[in-house]
Amino acid sequence: MIEVDVESLGVRALNERLHRLPRDTNERLWKITNPKGAHALAAGLDRPLSIEIEGHVGYYCGGMNKQAEITINGHAGPGLAENIMSGVVRVKGNASQSAAASGRGGLVVIGGDASSRCGISMKGVDIVVGGSVGHMSAFMAQAGHLVVCGNAGAHLGDSIYEAVIYVGGEVESLGSDCIEKPMTDEHRSKLEQLLASAGLRVQAARFRRFGSARQLYNFKVDHAAQY
Amino acid sequence: MCGIVGLFLKNSALESSLGKHLSAMLSALSDRGPDSAGFAIYRNPAPRGSIKVTLFHPDPDFGWDRLMREMSEEIGTKVRGEARGSHLLLTAAMPVETARHWLAHHRPEVRIMGVGDCIELYKEKGNPKEVVRRFGLEELAGSHALGHTRMATESAVTTQHSHPFSTGLDLCLVHNGSLSNHNRMRRWLSRHGIEFQTDNDTEVAAGYFTHLLGEGATLKEALKSGISDLDGFYTFAIGTKDGFAVVRDPIACKPAVLAETDDWVAMASEYRAIAHLPGADQSRIWEPSPATVYSWQKH
Repeated sequence: MIEVDVESLGVRALNERLHRLPRDTNERLWKITNPKGAHALAAGLDRPLSIEIEGHVGYYCGGMNKQAEITINGHAGPGLAENIMSGVVRVKGNASQSAAASGRGGLVVIGGDASSRCGISMKGVDIVVGGSVGHMSAFMAQAGHLVVCGNAGAHLGDSIYEAVIYVGGEVESLGSDCIEKPMTDEHRSKLEQLLASAGLRVQAARFRRFGSARQLYNFKVDHAAQY
Repeated sequence: MCGIVGLFLKNSALESSLGKHLSAMLSALSDRGPDSAGFAIYRNPAPRGSIKVTLFHPDPDFGWDRLMREMSEEIGTKVRGEARGSHLLLTAAMPVETARHWLAHHRPEVRIMGVGDCIELYKEKGNPKEVVRRFGLEELAGSHALGHTRMATESAVTTQHSHPFSTGLDLCLVHNGSLSNHNRMRRWLSRHGIEFQTDNDTEVAAGYFTHLLGEGATLKEALKSGISDLDGFYTFAIGTKDGFAVVRDPIACKPAVLAETDDWVAMASEYRAIAHLPGADQSRIWEPSPATVYSWQKH
């Protein structure tokens, strides 16, 4: 394992070092210490690296991630894993607003709570939150899954497209065009799979499913497979 | 953008290092607000019957000694002063209104930055790291303090437009965000006797809280009213003689982090500003909820 003290090396130098690794690199295990709230740590990676960050991170940690598996042993600031493409970003603590915003793929796991606008404009990412999410989560969510084991704040799923939301606790209120939908075996099995890949031992039975009423945007059932 | 910080000490043993910690917090948020910086620090209560007034004049050779001599002779009381950068902290045994009246008539070009028993308020154009150095913040002891690094959006980059803003005794406010109903609110408050020195939106919020506190509201009540009366984006940190509070608007898109240990409560726009405080790693850290008032009081 390669250990880097980001306080002494600096964020830019660290990220450059990670970006320059060759495709077939053997330097796959990294530990980053002393993040102290620094921004854009391990952002823009495109290698199958395994990165542990020891401490709290600032804005945009793991942003645009491809392939890499990033674990934050602390809390994360705004825009965690923003626009993630693939790979996994895990935060053991809480995440601030706009976690996994506009993510296209991959998995984001938040052990604690996520703040407002979690999964805003998500386009295919799977997000699993062990705790609760704040207001306006999954706003304009287009594709992917948002799993909330705790409660969801006001206006959940406002203007949602074809993303699927599962909530284990209470929902303060639903946003425009977001409705509760029946939980079928297919959905329960997908939820179990998501919880398992997040490493959470939570019973899927208590969850409810939410999605689009398809009244607000131009949904055509003939194209359903493309969403 | 802008960055705001606040540090409220629960353990008085740390008071000698308050300035050092606040200085590090402000410096950490320099890139959120490179236009100007300022801080209010609560320290050294004035003797009974005296007041502390922080004054500003942009001329480095301004005649502070002459001002103090004339003020002392004409009012007939002892006036002490301590220059700090472009500011002067004046301590005098006289009512607040006497000091205000004398200054308005004899030195109208001098700005009053803050008035009270404990508050001292220093602010200036320039990079925050340089501003805190100029005022020697690192050496200042105190019980609590607030600070601001400004990236100007809605009014000019001047010392007067910098934060914190103080409109009432020992009350000050720092703000990240922008208000949209400040012109109407300023007119309303002016009719109720609140005086403003600038066209800045944050000064209106400070005036609003001063007005409500003057009407008998508690700090918590005043801040709760603000949630419905002040329209716009904001994270506010507010200091009073013996209190400290934080509130965010209902949309809460302006960032804020709170951290607390047995020794202190810290607030900042970002965790970066808190990370270097003693025991920060082990502190309880949370993001303040929208439209919720958090406040602490000295016992």
